[in-house]
Amino acid sequence: MAANPMSQFDVYRIGPEIKVGAFDISFTNASLFMILSTVSVLLIFNLGSKKNSILPNKIQLLAELSYTFVSKMISDTAGSKAKPYFAFIFSLFMFVLFCNMFGMIPYTFTVTSHIIVTFTLAAFIFIGVTVIGFIKHGFGYLKLFVPSGVPAVLLPLIVVIEIISYLSRPISLSVRLFANMMAGHTMMKVFGGFVISLGIVGGWLPLSFSVALTGLEILVAFLQAYVFAILTCIYLNDALNLHH
Amino acid sequence: MVKKIYFQSIFFSFFFIKEAFAAESGGMPQLNPEFWVSQIFWLILTFGVMYLVLSKIILPKISNNLESRKSQILENIEAAEKQREDGDAKLKEYDEIISESKLEANSIFNQAREKALKDIGAKREVLDKQIDDEISEAEKEIDALRKNAPDKINKIAIETSSELLQKLIGAEVNNSSISAIVDDLYKRNGDKYYGN
Repeated sequence: MAANPMSQFDVYRIGPEIKVGAFDISFTNASLFMILSTVSVLLIFNLGSKKNSILPNKIQLLAELSYTFVSKMISDTAGSKAKPYFAFIFSLFMFVLFCNMFGMIPYTFTVTSHIIVTFTLAAFIFIGVTVIGFIKHGFGYLKLFVPSGVPAVLLPLIVVIEIISYLSRPISLSVRLFANMMAGHTMMKVFGGFVISLGIVGGWLPLSFSVALTGLEILVAFLQAYVFAILTCIYLNDALNLHH
Repeated sequence: MVKKIYFQSIFFSFFFIKEAFAAESGGMPQLNPEFWVSQIFWLILTFGVMYLVLSKIILPKISNNLESRKSQILENIEAAEKQREDGDAKLKEYDEIISESKLEANSIFNQAREKALKDIGAKREVLDKQIDDEISEAEKEIDALRKNAPDKINKIAIETSSELLQKLIGAEVNNSSISAIVDDLYKRNGDKYYGN
């Protein structure tokens, strides 16, 4: 297991096989870390919102800073109309962030390094945003594909490009997160393997690289959660405020 | 530099992955659909629970906390502002009282000074009068003395002369003749001897 840098992404069943109809919904290590992330988020934010003191303690400060951070992010990118979707984007950001961060602990499983997880989230966001757009603007939402101020000659081309770019949103959103997490974790594993294979003599260089990479990966873990959330805000902004 | 190394290592790691594929034939575990449904199911379950709890219970509480803190801070600021204004008013009042009492103290001082000056003037007048009286009295006395002085001197001169004559010639001389001579001298040279 240790030799293969991809084995850290293996999903395996924990406990018995659970089947509903033709579908296998067994409890796996991925499920375990999803639950861990959820429980940690809920625990931290529950603790952080329990007491209401004027001078917040550390955990309350953490919860409130996160709250204002996400709320500012949403109001900056999607405006005040996006307020009803605050809870969703907040949960999304926290879920992705905690899954990413849990993955940084050695011997853990990174939920967001699986394309199916990120794609499910991205597809849900894509469908939700499209539905919101059509509810808010009716068929006027299709004006999104027709930018204003484009010469009539170029219009067919631009419309096609716009439609393709719109349809590729869930793919780009999911692949961005999944590929970042997978590449980072694979690389850390590879450098870790180098430390072992080069031994006490030559292992120091990949070890120092590993240390630097850990810092970089923690940054990436945060950054990708942020990017995921902010892109969701931008898509939402398109649906709520039709700018074109 | 760091970026370059980063991308190079990603590239390198993909090499490794390829090798691993060749070795294990399983390929990327992400592309194995065995547990896809399970992952989707658990994702919806956990994320749904998280969304529901956060949106229904926790986030309203945090927003409530933030609001109440904001309003309380605003209230406190207002109260502080009011107190500051009160303080300013009190300070003004205090300044006024200070300046008033300064003026009062000045006037009291001036009054006292005037009074003292008046008193001094009155006393000085009385004293001046007294001194003038004494001086005039003394002058009178001096005048009287001066008036009497020639007579006395003449008498002394006569007596001295008669005594001298008696000692010199041993005979009694008539005082009246001497006095006649002294009177005659006095009349001629009196101004020279007694000034005036």
